[in-house]
Amino acid sequence: MKLKKNIAVSEAGLLFNPVTGESFSVNPIGTEILNLLREEKTDEQIRSAILAKYSTDNPTFEKDYQDFIGILSHNNLLENHEETKA
Amino acid sequence: MKKPKLNIAVTGLNAIDSPGPGVSVIRALREATSFDTRIIGLSYESLEPGIYMHDLVDRTYSIPYPTAGTDTLLERFEYIQEREKLDVIIPNFDAELYPFIKLENKLKEMGIHMFLPTMHQFEERHKVNLNEFGKKYGVHVPKSKVIYDLNTAHSLVSEFSFPMIVKGKFYDASIAYSIEQVKSCFNKISAKWGLPIIIQEFIHGTEFNVTGLGDGKGKTIAAVPMRKQYITDKGKAWGGISISDEKMLEMTRKFLRTTKWRGGFELELMKNKDGELYLLEINPRLPAWIYLAVGVGQNIPEALVNLAMGRTVKPFTDYAVGKMFVRYSWDMIVDREEFEQISIYGEL
Repeated sequence: MKLKKNIAVSEAGLLFNPVTGESFSVNPIGTEILNLLREEKTDEQIRSAILAKYSTDNPTFEKDYQDFIGILSHNNLLENHEETKA
Repeated sequence: MKKPKLNIAVTGLNAIDSPGPGVSVIRALREATSFDTRIIGLSYESLEPGIYMHDLVDRTYSIPYPTAGTDTLLERFEYIQEREKLDVIIPNFDAELYPFIKLENKLKEMGIHMFLPTMHQFEERHKVNLNEFGKKYGVHVPKSKVIYDLNTAHSLVSEFSFPMIVKGKFYDASIAYSIEQVKSCFNKISAKWGLPIIIQEFIHGTEFNVTGLGDGKGKTIAAVPMRKQYITDKGKAWGGISISDEKMLEMTRKFLRTTKWRGGFELELMKNKDGELYLLEINPRLPAWIYLAVGVGQNIPEALVNLAMGRTVKPFTDYAVGKMFVRYSWDMIVDREEFEQISIYGEL
């Protein structure tokens, strides 16, 4: 799972897609996950990093993580999606 | 080296909810680095705000509406030229381009330069001819039909599905969800802008615009795409952001290469959910949001003036992505005497 290279992520958690002009804001944990995706960490590595840092359990993480990835994918922000889609 | 000083006249000084491009064009010219300028405003109405912006406009003259004919317009320019020694005129309204294109040679004899599309280019890109334009140049365009009366309105139901767009030949467009609304829009728009009316297929998607400049030989001098972020009820961008969509830029370069477009322009585009780009309209002039292009590094009005003056202009190759424009309105306090001056004497 990779975030598209051209997606800009600010420290405050604002994503900007320069192709479509869309902006999205994410919360601090979202920003952290985006940065891990940027570093091309695997799902497993991301899971370990978040579970080690926050007091949450694996099923809760898994559900929220998949939801988050689904939203990124839906908005065409991940590498395996066509650049041309609006 | 001393910069030349050019006297440049600009129209489109109005700023209602569908603002004219004039004030933005003037701001761009004021920031030009290749020449200094004296700006002459050209107005149609006494309440066009640009008339009263004395930090941007040095002097304003009222000019006759295009319906008065080219002879009347030429006569007015003979008067203005005696006083102002204009070097360049930048017309900014679709409706006035026809007379200005017709007068291009006569104005040139008077020493006034313009950089406009040819009459053929102007007519070919007209929204009335959009279907043919799309076929000829291999561009996706929404299906459209030109109608002159309402007798045929019912037959539209079999050709188009609702909603459909009802467009005026120069300005205005409304979305109609029923045949009754089509009739109402037809009457409203034709009363204002005349006939014909264009019925256009509604494309669901996201709106984008590209502004740019063609050198008239097929070369792209400038191109900046923008996503509309805030859209008024007239469909105008009140906020937008520069983007870097290669597909859009290639479509623009293709448009300029194949039509050999001469002058400024704005492409109105719609991207549907499958990522297909549809060309909705080609505006044969600079748009009201042209100052965004200046803000991202392409001073298109400056380049247009240089082309008009016969200078060589190096194409822009880059611009800043992710810069936004956010439009606002501003109440100026104006002395009644100034209003009288422009209303009674036609100059201020």
